[in-house]
Amino acid sequence: MLEGLLIGLSTAFSVTNLAMVIGGCLIGTFIGMLPGLGPMSIIAIMIPVAITIGDPSAALILLAGVYYGAIFGGSTSSILLNAPGVAGTVATSFDGYPMARAGKAGKALTVAAIASFAGGTLGAVLLMVFAPMLSSVALLFHSAEYFALMVVGLSAIAAFAGTGNVAKAVLMTLLGLILATVGEGALFNMPRFTMGIMDLQSGLSFITLAMAMFALPEALFLVLNPARSVQGSGGGSKIDNLRISGAEMRSIAPVIGRQSVQGFFIGVLPGAGATIASFLGYAVERNIATKDEQAEFGKGSIKGLAAPETANNAACTGSFVPLLTLGIPGSGTTAILLGALIALNVTPGPRLMVDNPQIFWAVIISMYIGNLILLILNLPLIPYIARILAVPRTYLIPFILFFTLMGSYIGQNNATELLILVGLGVCATVLRFADYPLAPLLIGFILGSMLEDNFARSMQLYDGIGFIFERPMTLGLLVIAVLLVLVPSYRARRARARQAGVADGD
Amino acid sequence: MALDRWIALIILLMALAYGYGAFFTMDQGLPPFMQRNPIWPSTFPKLLSVMAVLAALVILLGLERGTPEPKSGDIDYRRLGDYNLGQALTLLALMVIYALLLRPAGFLLATSAFLALGAVVLGERRFHILIPVVAVATGAVWYLVEGVLGIVLRPLPGFL
Repeated sequence: MLEGLLIGLSTAFSVTNLAMVIGGCLIGTFIGMLPGLGPMSIIAIMIPVAITIGDPSAALILLAGVYYGAIFGGSTSSILLNAPGVAGTVATSFDGYPMARAGKAGKALTVAAIASFAGGTLGAVLLMVFAPMLSSVALLFHSAEYFALMVVGLSAIAAFAGTGNVAKAVLMTLLGLILATVGEGALFNMPRFTMGIMDLQSGLSFITLAMAMFALPEALFLVLNPARSVQGSGGGSKIDNLRISGAEMRSIAPVIGRQSVQGFFIGVLPGAGATIASFLGYAVERNIATKDEQAEFGKGSIKGLAAPETANNAACTGSFVPLLTLGIPGSGTTAILLGALIALNVTPGPRLMVDNPQIFWAVIISMYIGNLILLILNLPLIPYIARILAVPRTYLIPFILFFTLMGSYIGQNNATELLILVGLGVCATVLRFADYPLAPLLIGFILGSMLEDNFARSMQLYDGIGFIFERPMTLGLLVIAVLLVLVPSYRARRARARQAGVADGD
Repeated sequence: MALDRWIALIILLMALAYGYGAFFTMDQGLPPFMQRNPIWPSTFPKLLSVMAVLAALVILLGLERGTPEPKSGDIDYRRLGDYNLGQALTLLALMVIYALLLRPAGFLLATSAFLALGAVVLGERRFHILIPVVAVATGAVWYLVEGVLGIVLRPLPGFL
């Protein structure tokens, strides 16, 4: 590990990579603050830039910086405006906004920054310890287990997408997998489902799909409903007195400790990301607090602010574990990162730590640096950065649309791609109207070719479908995958049946 | 029928067409040596199409109906007319025009027109601010893409 750390230090402390961390964190904070733009849209917009950089470590460092910068920026707008820019920071507004209303905006921002810093840093320590362990286990996996593991990941993501929505999430995942089979794969050397259209020969571009699934619908929603961009009921709270007292520090220290660990492990699970971690962290801390403190939750408790802030940052770090060790993204954001890495000819997975140790360790070191930067650079700048919240939407929206167009144009250098982008974006918006989750679609699309590769390899090794029964671990994983999908819908049905027994008519 | 079930119906039809391709047309041109393989190019698509058809049917027939909880801030498509639908459609049209004009009109002209018209569509009328902002932004992006990232974009219209 020490050797790895040294490699990481020397890579991360190069001038370019330092610039990447700083730039990434700043850009992430800026855009993350804008209500309505989530980290997925931001990262999707940044990907063409990252790919053009060419160096995989630098690209991943930049994108990771953007990711936690966005979460940090989201908490700022949650606190100041009660308008979370990011789903993972909704719980932050429960106590952060009341604090700002009470004239303690500065203190709330400091608590948030310290909690984020501690969560991110402790998460990075845990990542450093657990990722190598997991990846040495993962090296024992065969393609059959890989196939099964990806199926588990995909079904976990579908299962977490929301109660009563599992079928929709499963359908979206399958649609993503279906889209991934379009084009000429390396596997069979023959074009599939191109319908004779030349532009489909190389398949759909994942950047275009990512933009169309996230950034474009997000922008269209902002246009359709102006209330989304100024959802906050406050605004203009004066930010002064960033200090917090020693007693306050002592009261949030145990919260930070607990939530770093809990948030990290929730982040590791596929499908459960920063959002679930922050809500769960808030709920747990409220339940174990003393009676007096419990009464304060929701009215500006610093514990209630520190808990979700720590948890969401730790979960962001935790979500890198399956990405870096198994090559399986657990969330939409890490799926986009995976796509970027594949575009840069790096295949994340257990071999990453053996073949490209500098990437793995540089990312971890850059997490420490990034968290430090968010603390020392962003905190004093926040009163100024917060002014970006005043950018009028008449400027904001055309620029967002322009950057999505530019992103997909740069990736392909082809104007037809822009028409595909607009078409897919409209479809994605309609899907969002009907509550179809879009992240599973993108994750399915990105994992599609890897899933089929491993499936094909196991089929060839075992001359048929026998690998499922001859390898107990594969069978076990596949059973887990089926249960993950079926149990929530079974429980929903039972609950509905019970309700129907109590009162009929609706 | 609610929108989500209409969508399920459309996806069902797509999955059926996809499945038809996988089951009946794809294997026709398969060379004999590949037919001895346990896995064909159509194997995985066959699996996917069957599962997609099942999932679409579950939604279409309403077998799984959770408790729908309306999320705050989300858009109710049943009242689409109450939102700025016209603005959204105009912006989409602008994006299509931008895609078609990017090559012939050149990056600088197409981009500044897109940004300025987009802002005007959204209600911006202070042209003395808008025009300088758009000009500076277009120039800056062009410099970043062409100069820093090294990607060639034709700056001027084709006839110049």
